[in-house]
Amino acid sequence: MIWLTLRQFRVQAAVVFGGLAVLCAALAITGPGMADEFNSGFASCTAQGDCSRFTRRFFEDHEMAFGAVILIVAFLPGLIGIFWGAPLITREIEQGTHRLVWNQSITRTRWLAVKLAVVGVAAMVAAGLAALAADWWSDPIDKAASDDISRITPLVFLSRGIVPIGYAAFAFALGVTVGVIVRRTLPAMAITLAVFVGLQVAVPMWIRPNIIPAESKIVAITSENHGEMMMMREEGDKAFLQVEVEPEPRAWTFTNETVDSSGKKVGRLPVSVAAGAPCAPPPPGPDGEPPEGPSQACFDDLAKKGYKQKVAYHPADRFWPLQWAETGLFVVLALGLTGLCFYWTRRRLS
Amino acid sequence: MTAALEARGLGKKYGKRWALSDCTLDLPAGRVIGLVGPNGAGKTTLLNLAVGQLAPSAGSIRVLGGRPADGPGQLARVGFVAQDTPTYAGLSVADHLRLGARLNPGWDDAIARERLERLGLDPARRAGKLSGGQRAQLALTLGIAKRPELLILDEPVAALDPLARREFLQHLMEAAVEHSLSVVLSSHLVSDLERTCDYLVVLVDSRVRVAGDVDDLLATHHRLTGPRRDPATLPGDQQVVSESHTDRQSTLIVRSEGAIHDPAWTVGQVGLEDLVLAYMSDTPTRSTLEAVR
Repeated sequence: MIWLTLRQFRVQAAVVFGGLAVLCAALAITGPGMADEFNSGFASCTAQGDCSRFTRRFFEDHEMAFGAVILIVAFLPGLIGIFWGAPLITREIEQGTHRLVWNQSITRTRWLAVKLAVVGVAAMVAAGLAALAADWWSDPIDKAASDDISRITPLVFLSRGIVPIGYAAFAFALGVTVGVIVRRTLPAMAITLAVFVGLQVAVPMWIRPNIIPAESKIVAITSENHGEMMMMREEGDKAFLQVEVEPEPRAWTFTNETVDSSGKKVGRLPVSVAAGAPCAPPPPGPDGEPPEGPSQACFDDLAKKGYKQKVAYHPADRFWPLQWAETGLFVVLALGLTGLCFYWTRRRLS
Repeated sequence: MTAALEARGLGKKYGKRWALSDCTLDLPAGRVIGLVGPNGAGKTTLLNLAVGQLAPSAGSIRVLGGRPADGPGQLARVGFVAQDTPTYAGLSVADHLRLGARLNPGWDDAIARERLERLGLDPARRAGKLSGGQRAQLALTLGIAKRPELLILDEPVAALDPLARREFLQHLMEAAVEHSLSVVLSSHLVSDLERTCDYLVVLVDSRVRVAGDVDDLLATHHRLTGPRRDPATLPGDQQVVSESHTDRQSTLIVRSEGAIHDPAWTVGQVGLEDLVLAYMSDTPTRSTLEAVR
C-alpha cells in the first residue's frame, strides 16, 4: 500500500519538493553573504556607537526577499491542503477507482491510514524544512528589523519556528476531510482554502493572544515608551491625539488603548494645538527638521490629566512557548479531523 | 457447501429513497450466476452490498458465509469488477499488476502475465490510453489474478462493442472453469448471460421474480397459445407468468413442473430472453403502478 501511495503521490510530491529545493538553494546561496554583510556592518557601526541607521538601511535593502520568503512559507501549508489534501480521496471517487482499490485484500481503514500517514508526514516535513530554511536565512534581517516586525509579530510568526508544521498537518487533514465529505475535488479545494485562510486570520486576532496568558497592564505614557503618536487636526485649535506605547522592546502588543483616570477607554485624546499649549507641535529645531515626537511638556500634561495606556502583549521571549502552544493546537485539530475522516470513509463513503 | 450469497430482508436507503428494499436471495456457490433486471431494479446496489462497498440500511447479507469486506481475509475471497471497470488512468498496465501483487496475498502473477500476453496488452501503456474493451480486460485480470473464490462483476460489458463483449465473456468463462470460480454477473441484456450463465436470477423492484438453474427454467416454462380463456381457470400447478389476449386468442407463459396436457393449448418452447422479458415486463406490482400513473 505504501508503494501505491507513493506511486500516486509522486507528481505532486515532485512539484512541492522540487520547489522547496529551488527555494533552499536560493537561500543557501544568498544567506552566507547576507550574514557576512550584516556582521561586518554591525561591527563597524557598533564601533561608531550608533547602529540605527545601518540596521534600517540593511533591512530596507533586503525587505523584498524577506517578505517573499515569509509569503512562501506562509502559503505552503495552504497549498499542501489544496493540492495534496483535497484531491487525495476525491480523485479516487471521481474516477471510480476507490471501487477498484477497496476490493483488493486490504481494508478501507488500512488503505486510508497509509495514505494519510505517508502524505501527512511528507506535508509536515515540507513545511518544517521551509520554516527551518527561512529561520536560518532570515536571522540577520530579524536582528536588523524594527520592533514592530520582530519574530513574534503575526506577520513573521506564521512562517517561523515549528508552527508551519502544525499548519501543514492541519491543512492536509482539512483538505482530505472536506474532500471525503463533499466528494468533489474543486469544491473541496475551495472550501479548504476558505476555511484555512479564515483560520489564519482568526488565530492571531482571537486565539494567539490568549493561548497562553498575556501580559496585561496599565502604564504611564512617557517619552521613553511611546510608539506611534498620531495627531489629527480638527478645525481651529482643536485636535485629537492617538497614542500607542511600546511596553517592551520586540514584544507583540495586541491591545494598546488610552484610558482615563477612572480606567475608561478613551478612543482619541482631545488636545489643544493653540500656540503655547503643551501638545502643540514644537517649532523646528536648529537643523530645520521638527524634533521627533512631542515635547516633554505634552507627556507631563497627559500624566496630569490622568491619561494612561492600557496594553496587553506577549514579550519577545514568549516566541517559543507560543510556537509550541499553537503547533499543539493545530496538531490536535488535525488529529480530530483525521478521526472524522476515518469515520466518514468507513461509514458514509461508498 | 456454503452459499455464495445469502440476503435476508436486505435494504439500502439513500436519503429517503430505497435503492433496494426487502431483498431476500440465495445464490449457490460453484455456479456462474446471471443477475438480470431492468435499470433501477437494484442490481448494482445489491452487488455493492455484497462486496462491502456499501453497508446495508436494513436486513443482512452474507457472502461465502462471511460479512462483506469484514477484514482482509474476506476481501481476499471475493473479487469485484465494478461498473464501468474503473482503472487508474495515470498508472501503466504493469503498475496495475504491481498494485494487485502488493495488495493481495494470494496474487498469482503468472496468470496475470499470461493473460496480458494473450490479450496483447503492452505493460508500459497507461490505463487511460486503453480502449474500453482493453480496460475491462485489465480489470478482469486484476479480479482473476487475485484468486478469489467468488468473482462479482457489475455490468462489466455494458459499455463494450459486441466483439469485445464476446471476448470478455469468453475469458471470464474460461477463468471460471479453470479456477473453479463462483461468478455472479449482472447485466440488463439477457443475450450476454445466455451464453455465459448456468444459473439465472431475475430481479425486479428489489424482488427476486424467478431464480434457478437455466436448464430447469427452460424446461419448466411453456408458451401456451389457444382460444381466449381466463387464466384463472388453469390447473393450480400452472403458474401464469405473463398473459396477452386478443379478441379470440390468449397467449400465456406459464411455469409448470409437469407437462401440459390440455388439448386446447398449443404448447411451445420459451427462449431465455422471452422468459426473462415475461418476468420483467408483466409483474402485478408494476402494471398497477403504471395504471395509477
